[in-house]
Amino acid sequence: MTTTKYDPRILKTQHPVPGAPDNWKRFFTFNTDAKVIGIQYMGLALIFLLVGGLLAMVMRGELITPPADLVDPSVYNGLYTMHGTVMLFLFLFPVLNGFNNLLIPTMIGAPDMAFPKINAAAFWLVPVFAIVLLASFFVPGGPASSGWWSYPPVSIQNPLGHFINGQFLWILAVALSGVSSIMGAINFVTTIIRMRAPGMSYFRMPVFIWTAWAAQTLQLIGLPALTGGAIMLLFDLSFGTSFFRPEGGGDPVLYQHFFWFYSHPAVYVMVLPVFGIFSELITVYSRKPLFGYKFVALASFIITFLGLIVWVHHMFYSGTPQWMRNLFMVTTMLIAVPTGVKVFAWLGTLWGGKIRLSTPMLFVLGGLVNFIFGGITGVMLGTAPIDIHVGNTYFVVAHFHYIIFNTIGFGIFAGIYHWFPKFTGRMYYEGLGKVHFVLTFIGATLNWLPLHWAGLLGMPRRVASYDPEFAIWNVIASIGAFMLGVASIPFILNIVSSWARGPKAPANPWNAIGLEWLLPSPPPAENFEDDVPTVINEPYGYGLGKPLVEDQEFYVRRSMEA
Amino acid sequence: MTSTTPKPKKSLPLRLIIILITLVGLNLIVSIQIARWSLSWLPVAASTAAPYVDGLFSLEVGMGAFLFIGCVGFILWSVIINRADKYDESDGLPIEGNTKLEIIWTIIPFIIVMALAVYSIDINGKLDTLGPKNKYDVADEQSPQAVATLDELSEIGPIEVISRQWNWEFVYPNGVRSSELHLPINQRANFLLTSKDVIHSLYIPAFRLKQDIIPGSVISYSITPTREGRYRLRDAHFSGAYFSENQTHVIVQSEQNFESWLELTNSKPLVPGLSPGTVFYQKRLSKGNKGWATVPPAPPPMVNDPGNPEETHEA
Repeated sequence: MTTTKYDPRILKTQHPVPGAPDNWKRFFTFNTDAKVIGIQYMGLALIFLLVGGLLAMVMRGELITPPADLVDPSVYNGLYTMHGTVMLFLFLFPVLNGFNNLLIPTMIGAPDMAFPKINAAAFWLVPVFAIVLLASFFVPGGPASSGWWSYPPVSIQNPLGHFINGQFLWILAVALSGVSSIMGAINFVTTIIRMRAPGMSYFRMPVFIWTAWAAQTLQLIGLPALTGGAIMLLFDLSFGTSFFRPEGGGDPVLYQHFFWFYSHPAVYVMVLPVFGIFSELITVYSRKPLFGYKFVALASFIITFLGLIVWVHHMFYSGTPQWMRNLFMVTTMLIAVPTGVKVFAWLGTLWGGKIRLSTPMLFVLGGLVNFIFGGITGVMLGTAPIDIHVGNTYFVVAHFHYIIFNTIGFGIFAGIYHWFPKFTGRMYYEGLGKVHFVLTFIGATLNWLPLHWAGLLGMPRRVASYDPEFAIWNVIASIGAFMLGVASIPFILNIVSSWARGPKAPANPWNAIGLEWLLPSPPPAENFEDDVPTVINEPYGYGLGKPLVEDQEFYVRRSMEA
Repeated sequence: MTSTTPKPKKSLPLRLIIILITLVGLNLIVSIQIARWSLSWLPVAASTAAPYVDGLFSLEVGMGAFLFIGCVGFILWSVIINRADKYDESDGLPIEGNTKLEIIWTIIPFIIVMALAVYSIDINGKLDTLGPKNKYDVADEQSPQAVATLDELSEIGPIEVISRQWNWEFVYPNGVRSSELHLPINQRANFLLTSKDVIHSLYIPAFRLKQDIIPGSVISYSITPTREGRYRLRDAHFSGAYFSENQTHVIVQSEQNFESWLELTNSKPLVPGLSPGTVFYQKRLSKGNKGWATVPPAPPPMVNDPGNPEETHEA
C-alpha cells in the first residue's frame, strides 16, 4: 500500500545522532534530519531576533529626542543598516526556513528533504555568514552604513580605503546568504513536487505547502539577480570597475533595478508562508474548513507572478519615465486582488466557527488586523502621486514594519506556539503566551502606528536627527519599541522552561487535521517510516466527518502509543 | 447535501438586514469623517501639485478606513458571537466555500483597484503638466544647460540646484548663489538638478514633491508654489553620515519681494554658505574623530546669501 516515489534508500540511512530526542547535542552537529535542522534554524534565528531588536532599541533611544545625541550619526547609520540586515537575513529568512524544514516533510508525509546534505549545508552557511556580518562591527571604520539597500555611489565610497571594510563584509555575507537560500529553495521545491504521500494531489496539499512552494519559487527566480548585482557592487567597491559608478560611465540606477527585482519579491517570500500559517491556524481554532481552499491556494501563485513585476514602484521618484510609473502602478495595485481573496477567505472561515482564543489564535488575529492595515497603506504607497510625497519617509518605515513585524512577526510567533508541542513534545504555558501577546500587540501598535503621521508630515526615513515638530510621534514610538523589548521576556521564559520541564504533549493537542498531527510528538526521525499514509481528502475537513487518510484509526493509535 | 425535510431558509431575516445596513451606513459616515480629517495630517499645501495629491490621499484614506473598519468589525463580531465555550470541543459550520461569493470578492476589489489606478494615472498626467521631470545623462565636464531641455512653460529659471554631501546650493540665471531657495509665488520655476557625489533627493513636504538627484545625470524639473511662507527642503535619499542634517529652506515670496531679494543679493559678496555637515564634522574631529568611518563633508559652497537656518519654518 505504500507506493513511495522517492529513493527508498533514504529510509535505510543510519540516524546520525542516536538517542534523540533526549540527546541535545544533535543540534550542534552537521545533522541531516530536517526536524533537527528546522530547530537549528529557528533557535539561531531567534537569537538574532534579540540582536536585531537590541540594535533597534539603541536606534529608538537615539530617536527619542530630536538631535543626534546618544550616538554619532555615523554610528547610527551603521546601526540601522545592521538592524535591517540582521532582521532580514539572520532572523526572518532563517526562521521561515525553520518552518519549512519542520513542516514540509511532516505535512506531505515525506521521511525527510529530497537532499538532506544540501539542506544541512544550507543551514551551516547561516552561522558562517552571520560571523562574516558581525565581524564587520570590529573592522576599522565599522560596519556597512549605507542601509540594507546599499545603493551606490554611497555604498562604494569606502572612506578609509581599506580592502577589508564593513561594506565588503556586508556584500560577502549577503551573497553567501543568497547561496544558502538558493540551496534551501531547490530542496524545498523538489521535496514538495516529488515526495508527497500517495493520494496527496496538488489540491490536497495544506495551504502552508502551497505558500512555501510559491515563496521558494520566487527565491529561485529572484535571488540570481540580487547575487549578480551584489557581485558587481563588490567589484565596483574593491576592484575599481564602474558598473554603477557614474564617473566611469556606470549607472547607479541600474543597481536599484537588480536590487529590487529580488528585494521586492523577498517581501512575498516572507509573507507567503505566514499566509500559510494563518490558513492552517484559523481553521484549527475556528473548527471550520478553509473558506474557498482552492482560491486561497491558487492566489499564492498569482501573488508570486505579480510579485515579480512590481519592483519599479520602489523607484517612482528616481527619474523613472512616466509610462513605466503608470505600468508598475497598475501591477502593484493588482496584487491587492489575490491578497484580498486570502483575507476574505480567512474572514469567511471565522464566520460561524467555534473560535478559541488561545495564544496562537490571538497572534493570528492580531497579525491579520495589522495586515489589513498594512495592506491598505501599501495600496496608498502603490499610487505614484502619494508615493512621491510619502516615499522615503517614516510613512514607508511604518508601513513595512506593519507588514514585516506586525504581520510576519506575529505569524511566526503564532506558528511557534502552535507547532511547539509537535516538535518539542512539550506543552507551552498558555498564561505566559497571552502576556507575550498583549505586550507585543500594544508595543507594536505604539511603535509603528504614530510613525505614519511623522511620515505624512515629511520626516525622512534613516535620519539620525530630526526637526522638533516630529518629536511627539517619536517619543511614543520609542516607548512602544522598549515595550517590545520587554515582551521578549515572557516569550523566552515560556519557550525555555516549557521545553525543559513543560508537561508532555499528546500527539494532537489541538485536535487538528493534518498529516503532521498523525505523528507522535515529537515525530520519529523518518516521520511515517515504512507506513506512509494515503491521503483521501482535502485538508481542513473540520466538521465534515471525513477521514484525511486511509486507515486513519491506525495512525491515530500509533501516534498515541509512541 | 440532501435533506429529507427541506427547510425554508431562503430569505435572510429582516432584522439582520436592517442591522447590516445600519452598520454599513455607520461605517460610511465614520469613514467619510476620517477622510475629511485626514487632510489635517498633511503639512500646509503650498504648490499646484498639493491639491491633487491631497485629494487622492483623502479619497484613499476614506476607502481604506471603510475597508479596515468593516473587516476589523467583522473579526470582532465573529470573535464575540462565535467564541467556543471552555469545554466545547465541537466543530463549526462545515462550510467549504461559496463560489459565487469568492468570484464577487475577486471582481469587486479588481474593479476598485483598477479604478483607483486609472484615476492615479490621470493625476500623474496632471502633475506632469504642472511640472515635467526629465532625466538627461551628463558627462563629467558638461554643464547641465548644455544637455537638458528646459521647461518651455517656465517663468523663472532655470535655477541650478547642486546637491552635495552635505549641503545645497542654488544658482540663479543672473549668477546669484544662495543656500536657501527663494521662489516667487504662482510662477512656474524650472530647475536643473545635479549631484556632485552620491544620490540625493529634493523633497519639499509642503509642495508634496520629491525627486531623486542622480549623479551622472541632470534632471529638468518644474514647480509652481502657491503660498507665501518658509518651508523645509530636505534631502530624502540617504546620503551618508550627516544625511539628516542636509536640509535648508524654501522661501516663497511675492514677486516684488523676490525681485528685490534677487537684486540685493546680487550685490552681496560671496561668503561660505550653509553646510551643516561641516559643523558636525569639525565637532567630531575636535573630539578625536570617534565614531565609524565617513567621507569628509564637501567644503561649504561660496554663496551671496548664506540664509538663516535658525529661522522657524511652517512645514
